[in-house]
Amino acid sequence: MSSVATVPEGTVNPYALSHLDSLESEAVHIFREVAGEFERPVILFSGGKDSILMLHLALKAFAPAPVPFTLLHVDTGHNFPEVLDYRDRTVEKHGLRLHVASVQEYIDAGKLRERPDGTRNPLQTVPLTEAIQQHRFDAVFGGGRRDEEKARAKERVFSLRDEFSQWDPRRQRPELWQLYNGRHAPGEHVRVFPISNWTELDVWQYIEREGIELPEIYFAHEREVFSRSGMWLTAGDWGGPKDHEKVETRQVRYRTVGDMSCTGAVDSDATTLDAVITEIAASRLTERGATRADDKMSEAAMEDRKREGYF
Amino acid sequence: MTTTTEQLSDTTLLRFATAGSVDDGKSTLVGRLLHDSKSVLTDQLEAVALASSNRGQEAPDLALLTDGLRAEREQGITIDVAYRYFATPRRRFILADTPGHVQYTRNMVTGASTAELAVVLVDARNGVVEQTRRHAAVAALLRVPHVVLAVNKMDLVDYAEPVFAAIAEEFTAYAASLGVPEITAIPISALAGDNVVEPSAHMDWYGGPTVLEHLETVPVSHDLTECHARFPVQYVIRPQTAEHRDYRGYAGQIAAGVFRVGESVSVLPSGRTTTIEGIDALGESVDAAWAPQSVTIRLADDIDVSRGDLIAPVGDAPAVTQDVEATVCHVADRPLAVGQRVLLKHTTRTVKAIVKDIPSRLTLDDLSQHPAPGQLVANDIGRVVVRTAEPLALDAYADSRRTGSFLLIDPADGTTLSAGMAGASFGAVTEADADSAAQDAEWDF
Repeated sequence: MSSVATVPEGTVNPYALSHLDSLESEAVHIFREVAGEFERPVILFSGGKDSILMLHLALKAFAPAPVPFTLLHVDTGHNFPEVLDYRDRTVEKHGLRLHVASVQEYIDAGKLRERPDGTRNPLQTVPLTEAIQQHRFDAVFGGGRRDEEKARAKERVFSLRDEFSQWDPRRQRPELWQLYNGRHAPGEHVRVFPISNWTELDVWQYIEREGIELPEIYFAHEREVFSRSGMWLTAGDWGGPKDHEKVETRQVRYRTVGDMSCTGAVDSDATTLDAVITEIAASRLTERGATRADDKMSEAAMEDRKREGYF
Repeated sequence: MTTTTEQLSDTTLLRFATAGSVDDGKSTLVGRLLHDSKSVLTDQLEAVALASSNRGQEAPDLALLTDGLRAEREQGITIDVAYRYFATPRRRFILADTPGHVQYTRNMVTGASTAELAVVLVDARNGVVEQTRRHAAVAALLRVPHVVLAVNKMDLVDYAEPVFAAIAEEFTAYAASLGVPEITAIPISALAGDNVVEPSAHMDWYGGPTVLEHLETVPVSHDLTECHARFPVQYVIRPQTAEHRDYRGYAGQIAAGVFRVGESVSVLPSGRTTTIEGIDALGESVDAAWAPQSVTIRLADDIDVSRGDLIAPVGDAPAVTQDVEATVCHVADRPLAVGQRVLLKHTTRTVKAIVKDIPSRLTLDDLSQHPAPGQLVANDIGRVVVRTAEPLALDAYADSRRTGSFLLIDPADGTTLSAGMAGASFGAVTEADADSAAQDAEWDF
């Protein structure tokens, strides 16, 4: 097959890449830079669409060789069963190695205390940063995108973290051309965001183009949910609903996949990728605005969590 | 439904940067572009409205949309470059939103390094001022292919054509003399919305595009057949599995030009030659590939190639050198001094280096040069001579932004010190189109 023949017709410049090809090429370049410069990189993998996308890009970047990275999942203990199932199948299919850092184990060992609101998302930071130290990971890939949130819009592609995993937005290195500077001292590490420049819509369009399989909860389905702070949360044994919260069955889907206690579903009848893309293109709400309770805690919630070492 | 999806996928991507000083209306322009292209979503506007009223402001402050950090919101200033994303049915955009205050040079250099277009804002009441010339000079220095002059606040000069025409003429002459290849001047009012997204009802005399129309239609890449083909090797792929026992591929992102199967190539710095046996474009075997595609190249001969090497066509390879003469923008708070030991990162190769000389420092305000400053401090732009411990296959920045650029890094803690551009500073200035020989000499610092 000749690639010259695959240039979209009607393009003025035959060498112009489509926006998805540009983003793909950039992300692959970032994966390969890390493989070339770091000793012990790891990909954060939750089974959510952004980490699935990252794994797909990594597979393409090193084909026909295997992905030269291991995976790390910070398990909040409140995961969607479909997502854990997807995670395990994926790991097995590609012959990857998965590390799991468990919030539940930290709670059981008395090293973390459950929050009054039952939300475990902020509790991920300690298991995450300790896993990084314990395994001496020097580059940690995350699926964060700058379009997600205003603090993330300030994040670099290569983001240096100190020995406490802290992010200091005032001390970021300028990022010039495609020359990523990954130098770091022992104990420090670099968070790497290969899909920084992707938007939610780009992610979905690429998933469609590449025929990437996703956990079913991203598509409309009947689910038992209850309303809390204006969001539909899944009823389950994680601590919801409370007595006054009424469970009902609705047709919903998820735009993001996180901890069950703070990730909301949206009403939807989008059962196919096409329908999802059409729905997102028309949505007047951002992904996080629609479905993440943890970002609503304060104006700078994400920045504060990131400073502590969260993604 | 399918149509929508396909239309959205077929668009191209334009990376651009904005430059403007604090009062030129840059935030208003960015806000207007985002707002009028319907890229600000309801929950973001609600968050801004809530935050504004919490502070006792009557109207939503759109700057809160772009100032993402606690410190920025507290102080009402923009600290750092932020990247924003918006789309129209015709194109996707990545906007490097660079703050216009004190640390302008390094911020604009950061934003402009990946931009294919820069928007320079001018207040119609003030015309071309020092800051405008500084922005034009940085755009020229970074060789941003397209520059838009947005003459803002036209509503405050009665939408008068002569005001716009005079500013456009002065700016175009100045920028062209610096070597900016393409300049488009647009009269706008970001506040009133004239010629940003919607054509103005107040300026019938203007027949050109709105800012958004221009952003949607400007070509996104150069004619690559004109460029010297360059492929920095990033990573060697050797699966060593039963299925791919003999596979040995050189992974990288094509920095410039086109590579074709069957082509004779040199591998630098060793200078060994071979031919391209195959090109794998992320899983698909192709006959040709071009910048900025990430591909894997397979070579006919089993020669020693590793990360940091550069593949280029035989007969069109860059010279290999250990003496780098370049213009640098110093981006760190600690200075860069003659005699300093640094690391130099060029494409995929990082080598030890020493700063042999700093022949001059440029004052962007008037483009005057100060000889032998001894050191460069934050935001300085200067000429440097660097000796590297190993040979580099280095192009002039004028020929390739990708293979002519480099970083200077502090070996002690990894701090990025300077952004470097190899070769002469300002391009395309010929005897014929320079205003005077004297000016020409001044820029050749």
